[in-house]
This record gives sequence, C-alpha cells and structure tokens, in this order.
Amino acid sequence: MARSLAGFLVLLLVVSICEAASLFQPVSDSHRSAALELFTPDHGSFKSLEETYEALRTFQIFGIEKKPDVTASACRSISETVGSSTSTSKDLFYALKANSIAECKIHETASKGIISSLNAAVSAASSLLDFYYSVGGLVLIKDQSSKDDIHLADAEGVFRSVKAFSQSDGRWRYSSSNPESSAFAAGIALETLAGIVSLASSELDQSLISTLKNDISKLFDSIEKYDDGTLYFDDKLVDGYEYQGPLSITSSVLRGLTAFAAVTTGNIDLPRDKILGLAKFFLGIGVPGDAKDFFYQIDALACLESNRVSIPLILSLSSAVLSLTKKDSLKVRVTTVLGSNAPPLTVKLVGAFSSVSKDASLVESQELKFDQGSGLHILNDLLKSIDVGSYTFVFEVVLQEPEDEKVYVMGSQTKVPIFVTGLVKIENSEIAVLDSDLGSVESQNKLDLTAKNDVSLSANHLQKMRLSFQLTTPRGRAFRPHQAFLKLRHESKVEHIFVVGNSGKQFEIVLNFLGLVEKFFYLSGKYDMELTVGDAAMENSLLVAIGYIELDLPEAPEKAPRPPPQPVDPYSRYGPQAEITHIFRAPEKRPPQELSLAFLGLTILPLLGFFIGLLRLGVNMKNFPTKPIPATFAVLFHVGIGAVLLLYVFFWLKLDLFQTLKVLGFLGVFLVFVGHRILSHLAAASAKLKSA
Amino acid sequence: MAREKSSKDNAQALFNSLRSAYAVTPVNLKIIDLYVGFAVFTALIQVVYMATVGSFPFNSFLSGVLSCVGTAVLAVCLRIQVNKENKEFKDLPPERAFADFVLCNLVLHLVIMNFLG
Repeated sequence: MARSLAGFLVLLLVVSICEAASLFQPVSDSHRSAALELFTPDHGSFKSLEETYEALRTFQIFGIEKKPDVTASACRSISETVGSSTSTSKDLFYALKANSIAECKIHETASKGIISSLNAAVSAASSLLDFYYSVGGLVLIKDQSSKDDIHLADAEGVFRSVKAFSQSDGRWRYSSSNPESSAFAAGIALETLAGIVSLASSELDQSLISTLKNDISKLFDSIEKYDDGTLYFDDKLVDGYEYQGPLSITSSVLRGLTAFAAVTTGNIDLPRDKILGLAKFFLGIGVPGDAKDFFYQIDALACLESNRVSIPLILSLSSAVLSLTKKDSLKVRVTTVLGSNAPPLTVKLVGAFSSVSKDASLVESQELKFDQGSGLHILNDLLKSIDVGSYTFVFEVVLQEPEDEKVYVMGSQTKVPIFVTGLVKIENSEIAVLDSDLGSVESQNKLDLTAKNDVSLSANHLQKMRLSFQLTTPRGRAFRPHQAFLKLRHESKVEHIFVVGNSGKQFEIVLNFLGLVEKFFYLSGKYDMELTVGDAAMENSLLVAIGYIELDLPEAPEKAPRPPPQPVDPYSRYGPQAEITHIFRAPEKRPPQELSLAFLGLTILPLLGFFIGLLRLGVNMKNFPTKPIPATFAVLFHVGIGAVLLLYVFFWLKLDLFQTLKVLGFLGVFLVFVGHRILSHLAAASAKLKSA
Repeated sequence: MAREKSSKDNAQALFNSLRSAYAVTPVNLKIIDLYVGFAVFTALIQVVYMATVGSFPFNSFLSGVLSCVGTAVLAVCLRIQVNKENKEFKDLPPERAFADFVLCNLVLHLVIMNFLG
C-alpha cells in the first residue's frame, strides 16, 4: 500500500516534470526570411486590401523596409477604394488599415466622404461585423486625418448594442439571429468596444467597463491547454461562418484584449501565467508555411510584445546539447517574444534532474553570470559534476527592478530538457573460444574496438564463444548504452543478432553453440562478426567488424527448419524472365501410308461389286428417251447430278461452304428444272404405257 | 446326328425357298437392293479400318460411315415407295420417289462433305 502510494507520488512528479519540460524559442532570423518568401506580391500588388494590410504589417513588425513599388500599388488600391462611393465599410476598413502603415495621403473630400459613410454605417449596423468595420474605420481615419473632432454620436448606445451580442460564458454572437457564439467573435467585439471607448466624446459609464472586464475573465476561464503548458482558445465547429482554427481565434482574442487594455485605465484582472501560456502557444508553432497563419502568429506576438496587461518573457537556450569533450558552457538567453532585450534580471539554475534520480538534484542552486556584450547568461563550470545522459534543468528568473514585476510576466520555474554527450571509454575487450563444460580457454584474442579487427577463430558445436569489454563514462561511472549488439552473418547472408548484457561496467556475451545449433539452421561455415555499441549520449558510437569465426555444426536432420529465404533484389524482376519452352501437343500417331492406301483400294471393291452385280442383273439403257428434246434433258439431268458431285469434290478440296452454296444454288435450280422435265416425261410415258 | 442333319436340311430348305422367292422380285428393286448392299459393305470396310488404325480424325470416320448409312436408308425408302406391292404408295409415281431420293442424297452428301474436313 505504502509502496504503491510512493510509486504514485513519483509518477506524479515525473508527470509534472515531463509535462512542462520543453524548449520555446523566440522569433528568429528564419522567421524574417520566411516572411519575405511568403508575402511576395504578384507584380507588386497583392490580391486584396486585406492581404496588402497583412503583408505591410508583417514587414513593419520585422522592420523590413517598404519597397517603393509595393507601397505605390498599395496607395493606388487604397485611393481607389477610398474615392469610390460604392465601397462597403469592410473595404474602407481594410483600406484604412493598410494606409496606417503605407501612409499614403488621402484627399480632404475623400476623407470627409469616408467619415460620413462610416457614421451612417454605424447607425445602420445590425450585426457584430458591421459594427466592427464601421467603428474600426472611424478609429483609423481619426488617427490618419488631421481632424480632431471625429466622435461617435451616441457612444454609450453603440456600446450597449455591441454588448447585447455577448453571452454569459464570455463568448460573443455574430448577430441576434445567429445563436452560434465563438471566441473569435469575442476578440472582434473587444476590439470594437475598445474603438468605441476611444471615439467617445465623454467618459463612458464605468459600470459598463467593469462588466466587460468580467466578461473577459469568463472568456479566459474557457481557455484550453496542451500538455507542454501552452494555452489557446478554440471554438466548436459552427456551420454559419467558417471555422477559423485555434491560431486565428487565439490571435483575435489577444488583439481584442490588448486593444481594450490600451484604452481603459486600471488593471484587467487576469492570471498572468495565462498570457505566458498564450505566448508559448504562438512560439510553439515555429514558422508557419501559410501567409495567413504567419500573419496571425506575428500579429499576436506583436500584441504580446508591448501591451498593457503583461509582457511575457521567454527563456531559451541556443543549444540543448552540451558536449563534455568540447567543454561546452550553459548559455541561456531571456528575451521578449519578438527577440528584443528583457529588463535587468538574474537567472538561477535551481536544479538538474536526470531520468534516473528524478527527485534529487545533481547540482546545487547557482546563479548564472550575465555577459553584457552578448546578452547571454552563462554557466561555465557546470559540467565538472555532470555525466553523460539526458537531464531536465530547472531555471528560475528573478527581475531586478521591483516595478518590472507588474509589467512583465515570467513563469515561476522553467524546465528545459538538456542532453549531455561525451566520449565513452571502451576497454579490456577480448574474444575467446571456450570448451563447453570445463570452460577452459582454447583460443583468446585481444581486440581493439576502435579500429577494424581481423580475428579468425574456429569452433565446433561443443564449444562456446565469449566476447567481453568494459564501458566507462568520462566521469568514471558505468554506462548502459541503448544498443549493444553482436551480429553473426553467414556466407549465405543469413544473420543472427544477439544483445550483449552487462553487470555494472563489464559487458559480456557467451554464445553456447550447442544450444544455438538449431537457431543457426545447422549451417556450418564462415560467420562474419560485427559489434554495435551505440547511444545518443555517446559521441563515439561504434559499428566495428571483429573478424570471422569458422563454425562446424552437425548435419541438419530431416525435419530441421530451413533458413529463411534471403531477400531478392527487388529490381531483378525487371530483368529478363526465365525462358518458357512450349510443349506442343504431340501429333497423333498416323497409320503407315501403305495401310491407308490398301484400305482405300478395299473401299473401291464394293463399288466394283455393285457394277458387276448390275451387269449380272441385265441392266440396260432401253428406257433412255430417243426423241431429241427428252434425250437432251435426260443428258442434262445426268450432267447436272455429275456437276453437283464434282462441286462436292471441289468443296472438300478447296472451296468453302459459302462459295459451294452459291454454286449449288445455281446448279440446284438448273437440276430441279431439268429433272422435273425428264421425270415428268418418263412418268407420262409409263402412264401411257400402262393405260395402253 | 439325325437332328443335326435335319436342322442342316431345314436351313438349306429355308435358304432355297428364300432364294426362289427373291428371284421373282422386279429388276429395279433388285438394283436398289444391290445398291443398299454396296453401301453397307463400304461402311463395314470403313469400320474395320477404324478398328485397325484408331479413330484419329473421328469426324472423317463419322462422315464416311454416315454417308454410307444415310444413302442406304434413303435407298430403302425409295424401294418402299417404288414397290408396286406396297398399297400405301399406290398413287405415288416412282419418278417422284426417285427425284426425292436424288435430292435427299445430294443434301446428305453436302453435309457429309462439310463434315469430312
């Protein structure tokens, strides 16, 4: 019971360490170059005013100089939108936003027209976005034009109408008809309300402001988190408007919050580590590949960089891997999210925990030295007491000026994963062949595992082989690498891999061939030996050939398993295939030709017999008609029958059925005609004879 | 011994009576009978040949045998129709029967030639 409780507590500690140990880097040069790549105008101009604004704002944040052709085309589209009377408040909003960076001159009459149309839009507004564009436009034109008297007619009324879209959980709706609420809309609403406050001619009712502050707290109660300490806002998937995604939603909320904080006096009561969590969310994305995502990230980071709520400070390391051989020192930098300098502060290393001793710190709490020139906090002699392996370092940052505590926010403790690498010594390596039962050494070789070895051993199945070596860390302790394998490869490419076990510093493996005979598939012959020792903390991981061993194993019995088939070169299937020999059906045995001819003669015999019989019967031609016409017909009849029979002979020899049938058609008609004539003549003659 | 002699005598007497009865058949019927005999003999010789060498082109064997058998059958039909003692075909002129015989033979032999291969 106590054991399980202690185990549970250790697990909790492990989880709490694992939960927050991650490295966040502020914005770097790779961000800047990515910005230049992503926001490339198409022939100097962007597709829309919204995209023009996003590109200009990103360049402004990074301090990239405005290119004249980009500015010129931006000014062109801005003045076009501003001068046209059909521009909606959305178009005017984005044009003025782009203009706040591009700084093109807007004509007096044009600005007068804008102000009047935006005022009209405010009075006619019915949805949240209508208010957002019109109020936002008025705020922008107030900054850009020289007039001072741009005010909202009924600021409190407009404030209340926008506030009417809010919900009790801190989210906002887009319009009174659409019941779906979102945090994205909340961000937009906060920006709009901040704009209303700045445009109000007189001070607004403080109760309105304080209820809004309550709404903000409620909104922040619904914040979501990931395991590494990042916080973000997300909405349920809605059908009405497109689902925005956590990046744009969180960016919108942050923009609204900072805009509102800028116009109100007094503090907004928010837990300060929530701002830090939001900063980690945006920094944890890295460099987005999409221009819109990039803008959302950079715009949000710019809001975090200088705002009236609290400015987050990020602790980062240039490298999380320290090498003992190079005698690296620990270098830590603390900056704002965009990489600017932090106020004066001290960084303390509170503890270093390894994966093995999770609750005992390996170093005592010490302060890092601040180097003014590079802006880094450095600890030099740390590594004297630390061995190779992976650790979690815990830092604490303390601001030197007490007033800065209100402005900046720094986490209570920052946990960073650190990896320490070094050279691991391999010593006392030797390989030996032993006699099985007695253990007496038959042959022994010393190995140098830093170079290729050419040991040649021989053994039979009654013997054993032993390989041993020692691993020591730079600090003299035992080291257990991730990989310690011995591979034996037969001439036929069959491989066997064994794990080398250890006790403390001594690594040893004993291969008893008597027990391995079946595993080796009874294959005797030359086996190449290879040793692999590797670990992420080892700077000198090795894969070294030891030599070969000639194994004499007994014959395989009948039922022994066959070695697995070796993988065939996959491209060999594109080579020539095996030749296929066709086996034709053996022709039937034909009888010898003489026999067939003999039987042909025999077949003629009955015909001869028929003729002889006819003669014996006294066949005569007395009934053959004598008169010329019937005689002709009779002759033609016989000729016709003969012709048909001849046609059949040709059919058998050469013709096909259709040709035969064609000719037969003609012959048949002829024959029928002729036959009818002669036969009817004969019938008439015999009838006359009978009656006579 | 006496019985054998008598059976032999009986067989001979039967044979003689058949012979004399056959002698009075008209000549045209005898011709037809001869023709039938000729066809059957030819068929027999073909069967003997097939028994000797095997039935390899079986279609040829069939067409040969069926030609003989078919023409024999048609000749028998002709004999029936031409025979004056047969009351059923009294009104059928023999020339007509002969014309049928010729036509059917020609059709039979077309089919046989096609099947001969």
